[in-house]
Amino acid sequence: MSNILEIRNLHKSLNDNPVLQGVNLSVSAGENLVIIGRSGGGKSVLLRHIMGLMQPDSGEVIFKGINMSALDEEALNPHRREIGMLFQNGALFDSLSVEENLAFPLRERGGFGEKEISDRVDEALEIVDLPGQQKKMPAELSGGMKKRVALARAVISRPELMLYDEPTTGLDPIVADSINKLIVRLGDRLNMSNIVVTHDMVSAYHIADRIAQLHEGKIYYEGSPGEIQANQDPVVQKFVKGISEPQDAIV
Amino acid sequence: MTEAVENVFAAIGRWLIGGIRSAGAITLLFLNILRCMVKYPIRWRLFLQQMYFIGVKSQVVVLTTGAFVGAVFAAQIHFQFIKFGMQSAVGATVSVAMCRELGPVFCCLLLAGRVGAAMAAEISSMKNTEQIDALRAMGVYPVEYLGVPRFLAMLVSTPVLTGLVLIVGIACGYLVAVPILGVDSAYYWDNTIKYTAVSDVLIGLTKGFLFSMIIAVISCYKGFNPELGTAGVGRTTTEAVVISSLAILISDFFFTFILNSLFLGGA
Ligand SMILES: Nc1ncnc2c1ncn2[C@@H]1O[C@H](COP(=O)(O)OP(=O)(O)OP(=O)(O)O)[C@@H](O)[C@H]1O
Ligand SMILES: [Mg+2]
Repeated sequence: MSNILEIRNLHKSLNDNPVLQGVNLSVSAGENLVIIGRSGGGKSVLLRHIMGLMQPDSGEVIFKGINMSALDEEALNPHRREIGMLFQNGALFDSLSVEENLAFPLRERGGFGEKEISDRVDEALEIVDLPGQQKKMPAELSGGMKKRVALARAVISRPELMLYDEPTTGLDPIVADSINKLIVRLGDRLNMSNIVVTHDMVSAYHIADRIAQLHEGKIYYEGSPGEIQANQDPVVQKFVKGISEPQDAIV
Repeated sequence: MTEAVENVFAAIGRWLIGGIRSAGAITLLFLNILRCMVKYPIRWRLFLQQMYFIGVKSQVVVLTTGAFVGAVFAAQIHFQFIKFGMQSAVGATVSVAMCRELGPVFCCLLLAGRVGAAMAAEISSMKNTEQIDALRAMGVYPVEYLGVPRFLAMLVSTPVLTGLVLIVGIACGYLVAVPILGVDSAYYWDNTIKYTAVSDVLIGLTKGFLFSMIIAVISCYKGFNPELGTAGVGRTTTEAVVISSLAILISDFFFTFILNSLFLGGA
């Protein structure tokens, strides 16, 4: 299978703090990759590089054969529209209603009639289990509802690659499970590749074809859910089992 | 002691370098907005929204300002001119001063407070909540989406608002001077019309136009480059207003000379 995304030796420091220190990772078409790692470990920063929202200090992000890191802000835009991103905090436009938020990516892409847009919006809200919420403003939604609207907005234009930044944190277990199923289902149905960042190992096992652990700025380990569970490496085991040691205590 | 002096110089140096850098960045944003106006189709819906917010919603504030500035200025001029028996010149003085200085400057200082603050606050909180990144992620260039409609709406509405301020200010000056302070109505009008040239009005409107760019670009710049956090939005907004206001007052000095020689050939 050909790789839709390749990340080569990515380095990035923020405020003299080396966050990414040589990340190598690839994703093949239709694959579900889950990235796990400690909080503050640079997972969101990595996703921002894939979308071209941040430029690396060195290294490359290759999306469908195009070196995204070499393009300037405006040249990136057409390629970005082929990637969808669910931001960790949703990032809904708070001056637009739910409906307008969902219609936004479609309008920006162009080529959709108003009828088609409104059908797609209804369908997308249906899928994330929020039918009839079209007219609400983001400020009127609960945290979990915002997340689901943001998810609907991210997938509505059916991008080839979806980036999910912690899609299930802050959701109740039932909704979280339905979101996990949704991610897999959408991926299969629309032949999307998914990169999902999560802390939640239950979600990870559910979604992943492959799990990659980001540790100290590098991909420390990658493998299938079965492999990662069987792996005896202490760093991997500690994360997978959720064990903290005295020196990890939050002071 | 010498160390303290060095520190002071270092601080002044840093402040100067920071100022020059921001001025450069603001100029680049200005050019970028102009470029985006040509390169991308205009977003009429956003433009009209901004027109409504800037042009329509500012009227009460701006007109009240114009009315009282005109009224107070007429009274003050009257109190001085009456000493020399020159009451009939009050009208002309008020009108020329309103057109050339008071109208555009007061109007735009108020717009900096109302509109500039809103622009900086809105854009900087969008930046803080990753909405700007969401725009970018959907392939939309923020300067084009957020900057251009605001800039254009400012450009169109400010000269109109300035014109309204001139009219209201001159009218209120008349109301104070003639019915209240008892200046002869015929002389007042004659002199007003005789000594107010078209160029005075044009200078006022041109100043309004130039100030509107200053307000829009500085406020957008502050919005796009905010301090982080909720307190940061507050500080960013304040800075946008203070810097735009100072820029208006300082540039007014230069515009005065430039426009004077443009419209009156240096007279
Ligand atoms: N815009 C930024 N400017 C400066 N530093 C940043 C910025 N964004 C992130 N960082 C730093 O980069 C590091 C990684 O942050 P990141 O948000 O990627 O963590 P994360 O793995 O997503 O954590 P979490 O699971 O808690 O979301 C952190 O130390 C953070 O302080
Ligand atoms: Mg994160």
